[in-house]
Amino acid sequence: MSLKNKLHTLKEKYKGTKMAPAFNAIHTFLYLPNETTHGGTHIKAADDLKRTMNIVIMALVPCLLFGMFNAGFQHHAAVNGFTEGMSFFSSEFWNLENFLIGAAKILPLVIISYGIGLGVEFLFAIIKGHEVEEGYLVTGMLVPLIVPIDIPLWMLSVAVIFGVVIGKEVFGGTGMNILNPALTIRAFLFFAYPTWMSGDKVWVTGAVEKTGAVDAISGETILGSLAQGKEMVYSTWDMFFGFVPGSVGETSTLLILVGALFLIFTKIGSGKIMLSAALGALAMGLIFNGVVDQGWIEESSKFYSLMSTPFWHHLLIGGFAFGAVYMATDPVTASQTNKGKWIYGFLIGFLSIMIRVFNPAYPEGVMLAILLMNVFAPTIDHYVVQGNVKRRKNRLKVKTA
Amino acid sequence: MGLFKDSKLITDPLADNNPITIQVLGICSALAITAELEASIVMSVAVLFVLGVGNVVISLMRNIIPSKIRIIVQLVVVATLVIIVDLVLKAFAYELSKTLSVFVGLIITNCIIMGRFEAFALANGAWRSFLDGLGNAAGYGLILVIVGFFRELLGSGTLLGIKVLGDPIEKTGAYAYGYENNGFMLLAPMALITLGIIIWIQRSRNNALIED
Repeated sequence: MSLKNKLHTLKEKYKGTKMAPAFNAIHTFLYLPNETTHGGTHIKAADDLKRTMNIVIMALVPCLLFGMFNAGFQHHAAVNGFTEGMSFFSSEFWNLENFLIGAAKILPLVIISYGIGLGVEFLFAIIKGHEVEEGYLVTGMLVPLIVPIDIPLWMLSVAVIFGVVIGKEVFGGTGMNILNPALTIRAFLFFAYPTWMSGDKVWVTGAVEKTGAVDAISGETILGSLAQGKEMVYSTWDMFFGFVPGSVGETSTLLILVGALFLIFTKIGSGKIMLSAALGALAMGLIFNGVVDQGWIEESSKFYSLMSTPFWHHLLIGGFAFGAVYMATDPVTASQTNKGKWIYGFLIGFLSIMIRVFNPAYPEGVMLAILLMNVFAPTIDHYVVQGNVKRRKNRLKVKTA
Repeated sequence: MGLFKDSKLITDPLADNNPITIQVLGICSALAITAELEASIVMSVAVLFVLGVGNVVISLMRNIIPSKIRIIVQLVVVATLVIIVDLVLKAFAYELSKTLSVFVGLIITNCIIMGRFEAFALANGAWRSFLDGLGNAAGYGLILVIVGFFRELLGSGTLLGIKVLGDPIEKTGAYAYGYENNGFMLLAPMALITLGIIIWIQRSRNNALIED
């Protein structure tokens, strides 16, 4: 008997019992259900929630793999010194040793994220008697990519439970949440355990244990060092390729761009939001550059080095690109209307850079900017829709008059 | 027998008619001062005193207060009692009164107190009003203590200032195994979420409490 049939028998056996949603979930995750729709169905589409989610996961896989190589590479770079001027396919980066160091660190993060998160989802499905929703599939993949590599696993577990329960289940599960669950998890970690989420020790694996030792290593993110007014050691190409310290999967702007094109091509992610977020970031960056050019700010100011960063660098450094492509476009929490998407995306970009520059305590503004705009997305939609209603009413008035 | 008959006046506000979780009153102080268990307890006792005595005073005066100026009279009563509490705290627990700072004074604006004066003491006898005051203050205190317990335990690893989870700096107790305090617990948003979780649990245990 094939696995599918076995699952089907189990499903029939537990039909109507409390455990039914759990078996149904495994069944529908792996196979198409045996049931077909009865009655007059005229529209057939293959892009159900499960497939949508899987396409986003496919777009994330390059970032995950890159993150594994980068983890090993950063570790070696911190110990032996950084190689400058590498090309993207340099064998110094893409070698098995780097990959193994990264995989040993990152796979547990992925497993914890999916294990705990799906566990909570299954639990709620069983208690509440509804079907398990696929919404966590993407969140579970995003979470390991947006945390520092050395984050203790128990912290991640606590945060995942918090994020899934408070960020999603209390609102009624997938499709009802106000805030992006992955970012809720990250925000929880950030406010609860700030020493593990920022500073110069957490971004390179092994740095925390070696603190104070003779062979101590450290690796600061570009944003972290800029916020402290230090000189930048990485070239623009390093930042674009992603050979820099940072959260696990967000460093490579190149691969994020590839993912973005893939999402736009498959019509899963909203190109409008991505583009307008980039525009918003550039606009804010230009304003800050203008302020510096006008000489309105002293070189001794603590905002100077971040403000004088060339405006287009803001797209490359930090998690901005990752947030704009994979998290701002979350269809549940983003604006739904076309005009709303432009406003929503633009404000995310604009606020990200503003927070980034003005608040050195939160070097990465994109997380807070997206969460804030998540809250405002329904308001934006409301006014866009009302504006449309008003315009059409006026048009009608002109016609009848 | 009076106590037995009116015991619902005390038990109701503890659970199914809790001033914080059901009527959602007095949220401000519940968020502000619950980062430490000790402060929560002192605040609860202060409100217990003010509400218990205040209810009796208002109840005794209920037939002579002109209804047009009743709010002012209530304010005077409450302010007097709060000043007594404030002075007692300053005399005998100065450090604590500094932790509580303005929130002792803000008991005056605590909605629960004016709410009980208006809704109960103005229409009931002294003994029943006293029980009602005790009950509501106890319901308020119960929630404060629960929230304070979890916030202090998870946020600072202490209870009433005693290091129950070990020393975070010397890495003893739970900290030796890599446990760390949750800084988010000390921030006000987490108090709101803790309160939300209590409300959630309470309503899922008693579906009659869910309003549309």
